[in-house]
Amino acid sequence: MTALSTGRRPARRRGGSAPFVLVAPAVVLLVTFLLVPIGYTVYLSLRAARVTGGGFGRRVEQFVGLENYRGVLTDSAYLDGVVRMLGYGAVVVPVMLGLALLFALLLDTPRVRLARTTRIGIFLPYAVPGVIASLLWGFLYLPGLSPIRSVLTSVNLPAPDFLGPSTVFFSVANIGVWGGVGFNMIVLFTALRGIPGEMYDAARVDGASEIQIALRVKIPLITPALVMTAIFSIIATLQVFSEPATLQPMSDSIPSTWVPLMTIYRDAFVNSDIHTAAAASVVLALGTLALSIGVLTLLQRRAFRSDQ
Amino acid sequence: MLRDKTNSVDAQAFGRRTFLRGVAGIGAAVTLPALLTACGGDEEASAPPKGDPDAPANLTFWTWTTNIEKVVDIWNAKNPTQKVSVSRQAQGEELITKVLTAHRAGNAPDLIHAEYQALPVLITNGVTADLTELAGTIKGEFTEGTWGLTSFGGTTHAIPQDVGPMMLYYRADLFDKHGLTVPKTWAEFEAVARQVRAKDSKAYLATFSSGDPGWFAGLAEQAGANWWANESGTWNVTINDEPTKKMAAFWGGLVNEGVLSGKPMYTPEWNKEMSDGTLLAWPSAIWGAGVLEGVAPGTKGKWAMTALPQWDAGSASTGYWGGSATAISAKSSQRAQAEKFVKWLNTDPEATSAMIKEGGIYPAAISGQSSPALSAPPAMMPNQPTFYADAAAIAKTARGFSWAPNVNVTYSSYSDLFAKAIADKADFGAAVDQLQAASVADLKKQGFQVKGA
Repeated sequence: MTALSTGRRPARRRGGSAPFVLVAPAVVLLVTFLLVPIGYTVYLSLRAARVTGGGFGRRVEQFVGLENYRGVLTDSAYLDGVVRMLGYGAVVVPVMLGLALLFALLLDTPRVRLARTTRIGIFLPYAVPGVIASLLWGFLYLPGLSPIRSVLTSVNLPAPDFLGPSTVFFSVANIGVWGGVGFNMIVLFTALRGIPGEMYDAARVDGASEIQIALRVKIPLITPALVMTAIFSIIATLQVFSEPATLQPMSDSIPSTWVPLMTIYRDAFVNSDIHTAAAASVVLALGTLALSIGVLTLLQRRAFRSDQ
Repeated sequence: MLRDKTNSVDAQAFGRRTFLRGVAGIGAAVTLPALLTACGGDEEASAPPKGDPDAPANLTFWTWTTNIEKVVDIWNAKNPTQKVSVSRQAQGEELITKVLTAHRAGNAPDLIHAEYQALPVLITNGVTADLTELAGTIKGEFTEGTWGLTSFGGTTHAIPQDVGPMMLYYRADLFDKHGLTVPKTWAEFEAVARQVRAKDSKAYLATFSSGDPGWFAGLAEQAGANWWANESGTWNVTINDEPTKKMAAFWGGLVNEGVLSGKPMYTPEWNKEMSDGTLLAWPSAIWGAGVLEGVAPGTKGKWAMTALPQWDAGSASTGYWGGSATAISAKSSQRAQAEKFVKWLNTDPEATSAMIKEGGIYPAAISGQSSPALSAPPAMMPNQPTFYADAAAIAKTARGFSWAPNVNVTYSSYSDLFAKAIADKADFGAAVDQLQAASVADLKKQGFQVKGA
């Protein structure tokens, strides 16, 4: 949250090499492990393997300008994946944060029983790696194995096909929500714990009910934490990969281009076309950056009005 | 939510299909096969000077064959100064990607395990060494058909390790129970499929898998298709030829009608269906018996193997699904020693017998195919003592097939196009046309000359 605050720093004293020495490790790490790889990705994205000679020919790497970018931006499968990813985010982020907030507020009410056990229970899915979670849910989804379906059929209810073309989107989103609620709940719950008790005393003296306290006191006070979890969740959404990629071989409803990262993975590691994958990565990274800055600016303006 | 970042790394390490296959219990899911016949005009990088085959060496071998370490141990015990180290980098197409990357970085392994259909990708990237000289000394160890899998245009690019002729596995017990006759033709296959649906509303004769392009290519090969040909430097792509369309329309019609299942193979659900009798038959390859052991151990002794149904009664033909070869890196500084090992691994009876026993593969070498290790049937099929004799007869009927340098792209398109066709109950013939278009577009994009495009 401090990262988001707009506090002023005192004017710095100039002189000496100390500032440079102190900042050097961070700069070196940044350049070595972030800027150089990004630069190399951009370089790769401007090149391609092209064949020379007849017969089997020989692939030779050469500069092709923006051809890869043209290819990516006109690839309907990639663009469909982008739209699907945005839709996925539009479903997952509000549902996940809504549930996380609800659970955090419930756990924060006075006289709640078994708070610790419940908290751990809700947090636990976050500790399950995404691939494992997807396999686990895959077993619950697969029509021939699903215990959910067998229970529904045994009581003569229609059993949904969780991996059908129209349902698979929500089945994947469900895994994301299941895995993400716990983490966000803990962040919000911690923020709630940081609110001084006098606030609640004052509200109660004024005759506020628990619900009114939650809506009028707690939520406004933890807005910075909400903004932070929202940003994290949005970025995680743009990186969604392991859930659909793990379910992909189990279902005919998830193509290998379901979300942009899957397309990038396929291009790089199945089709051996690292150059198209690099271009698609750059496009996705720029999109993520733009979206994050946009959301941050928007939320900051609303959330921190009082600061300015 | 930083965990998604870490997870994507996990998923990459596992790979998607390979990971699921691991779950399905198939360590060495050998995919995809076939014969490369045409094509020439390949310019190999100038070969490094021949070294001494008996000089000390330290060879790296990237492979995914099951238990290959035990076979390599035999070599290492016999050749203490020429150590071979196995490195399990990845499987199938993912290994190819790794090899290409390593080749560019200048640290490719000396020895490379590659499926036949992946060889053109390696060749066009200049990864494989020209083994024509070695080939002269061991050509007689292989049949002409097998030899054609790795030698084109008079150049040998790799030495065949194993082959995967296709055959039909069926549940003999359930066929008896329902009074079904084993189909000899695809028309009979359809009739039996309908009978199965009538006898048991939960059961299907077989499934059509969108996840296994090599399986589809093998079935097309059996029908008489030949997807790629290289005519003096120009590629002729005929994925949507008449035999493929006939075969696709046959399966598509039955899947869309609900007579056959359309669920992918190698999923936990498929394992269950293969175990509990939901699926009664599996058109697969010779290594299928080993796969059954992993996915349906409870059905031991209940399966039988026979030739694939035929398109014309009286004819006998099959395709290849799976099979692979050993290539040597063009950049290897230990060429002579590597050649010595490759020759031993793929032709020495001790090595091929060990690979049969430890890895469950069907060797490409003629001597290997009559190995005493093949005298007993696979563990899953004690009821068919003549398994390998039957298989050898079927293997002789395999047709030829040519691969292109963009099989990887074609295969990943296959999975998406047919998954969609199954989900939408759409015409499989149209999907074949789209596959053709996607494959041609990619070849052209890469700069190959493509006929009629």
